[in-house]
Amino acid sequence: MDLDTLTGCLASSACLVTQTTSGFIIGMLLFLVAVGLTLIFGVLKVVNFSHGAFYMFGAYFAMTAYQLTGSFALAMLCGAAGTALLGLIFERVFMSRVYGRDVLMQVLVCYAFVLIFDDVVRMIWGPEFKSMGMPAAFQIPPLFIAGGVVPPYYLLLISVALVAAIILGLGLARTRIGKVIRAAAHNPGMVSALGINTGLIYGGVFALGGMLAGLAGALAAPVRSLTPGMGFSVLIESFIVTVIGGMGSILGALIGALLIGMIRSFGSLGFPLFTEGLMYLFMVIVLVSRPTGLFGKEVA
Amino acid sequence: MTELQAEQASKVLDNSITKSKPRPNRDALIALAVFVVLAVLPMLTSSKFLLDFVIRCAAYGLFATSLNLLVGYTGLTSFGHGMFFGLGAYGFGLMMQKTGVAVPVAFVATLAITFVVALVIGAICVRLKEIYFAFVTLAFQMLIHSTILSWVSLTGGDQGLRGGIPRPPFLGIDLSNHLHLYIVSCALLVIGLFLMHQIAQSPFGYTLRMIRDNATRASFIGIDVWRAKLTIFVLAALFASTGGIIMALFVSGAYPEFAYWTISGEGIFINMLGGVTTFLGPMVGTALFLILNDTVTRVTEYHGIVLGIVILFFAIGLRKGLMDFVIEWYVQRRERSGGRAS
Repeated sequence: MDLDTLTGCLASSACLVTQTTSGFIIGMLLFLVAVGLTLIFGVLKVVNFSHGAFYMFGAYFAMTAYQLTGSFALAMLCGAAGTALLGLIFERVFMSRVYGRDVLMQVLVCYAFVLIFDDVVRMIWGPEFKSMGMPAAFQIPPLFIAGGVVPPYYLLLISVALVAAIILGLGLARTRIGKVIRAAAHNPGMVSALGINTGLIYGGVFALGGMLAGLAGALAAPVRSLTPGMGFSVLIESFIVTVIGGMGSILGALIGALLIGMIRSFGSLGFPLFTEGLMYLFMVIVLVSRPTGLFGKEVA
Repeated sequence: MTELQAEQASKVLDNSITKSKPRPNRDALIALAVFVVLAVLPMLTSSKFLLDFVIRCAAYGLFATSLNLLVGYTGLTSFGHGMFFGLGAYGFGLMMQKTGVAVPVAFVATLAITFVVALVIGAICVRLKEIYFAFVTLAFQMLIHSTILSWVSLTGGDQGLRGGIPRPPFLGIDLSNHLHLYIVSCALLVIGLFLMHQIAQSPFGYTLRMIRDNATRASFIGIDVWRAKLTIFVLAALFASTGGIIMALFVSGAYPEFAYWTISGEGIFINMLGGVTTFLGPMVGTALFLILNDTVTRVTEYHGIVLGIVILFFAIGLRKGLMDFVIEWYVQRRERSGGRAS
């Protein structure tokens, strides 16, 4: 435990800004992964245990696209579009076969794909750590806000994630497609009887979830190292986020992700060895006081 | 109702499980017979590979069968059961390395630690809905794993517990002797399976099945569902921990992989492979899994892909475990011969 560092940091504005930014980075990346997870659960009623693999593929796709074209925007696009396609195929060919079956089967199918995807990445890109490197456009001097150092790339990352969150939230609440998706989550039989192809909706939602995770991976690629199995720790953390925020709630995912981001960022100062433990502790407190999460609805 | 109809009715209920009545004496005899066969095995063969295989079967088998008490009997899909396997291995290894107490003392103390940890984690988890339960248990598994990784001064971090586990002889048993280790593992396996079978066949075991089938109804007739689930969660953890202890003795160490989530995934897969509707399904699954794993690891370095495809084949294609097919075939055959007799 190192409480002096923590209190010292809380007293200095420079350290405060730096730690808050890094908390935002962790939180926003987690949000993108967790919101896909929560969306897929809300509509399809399955928990995608292989969701971390989409994050991983997003990062690798972006790295390869960046190395081939040198364009950062294209890399992001490739990461997101590639994983969306992957999600669609995965849902239509495999996951659609285990809807309504017991959780054991769903967990097993996902477990199988975690193994397969990790090995596929190992085959194509090799087992060693890879790094995409910071794009040239962002290799500019960092900004100083109240004495704290903020790399410009971080600002981009946070704003992209925020824009995604706003589009997603408004899209689900206001547009016709959003209404259909919410209806399908509520009563798929009735939606299908009204002449809407629910299979397409399911596939689309899974693709959307995969795309968001892939986007998170692509955004993380310049600042984190790439390795097969990198998705799993992100998956566990997004589970914690969804448990804290409540399954199926987008706002919950956002708040939960930011809380976890801050806990990780400031916790690493005060409790360097117990940072992960802090997250679990927080999760346990939430679970005991509110078993459905902060924003979760009572599930019948 | 004719006998045939009654038989069909009971088949509809739950293949053969509902038909077996608790018969502890007969079970004890069978257990003893199995133990004698296993104990005689080293005299018939000198193959160290085969004996090693049985020891590994004992470790994984206890773990997988205890998981089946949760998954198959109670309907609790735990995805973090492997944490107790790791806890057993590390608890026992550390106890022997740091304190130097006798093996039985360390054994009991490890189970006591597992009991406390399982009680705390179970109390938090078992009231959760099934999908929450699956991944909150998984989250706790990762907590234990990351604790092992970061607490380097105690656990050796990602290197694991090295330098071997001291195994001082006790009561004339020397666990550093391979043959003694083999006999002790077999004894633990047989005793563990016997105890778990008694649990499964007891009134408590039937309460668990009822909770699995309809928890609301169970609570209406006065069963404390939370308490029953917590009890089986803790009991299953104790058997998983015993499996971990055997593993620690076998490899004379403990590694973070023992507490990693893949162990839990393997446990679920083993249950699927053997089938969760029979008591011995997970044991059959264990043997199949170890053979499969050994073969695949020898043939290719990408064994994840091969294992994944096999899992998909079972989960999407067959949808049943091997023992389920055996039971089905057995019931069908008996029906046919019963049909001829009448």
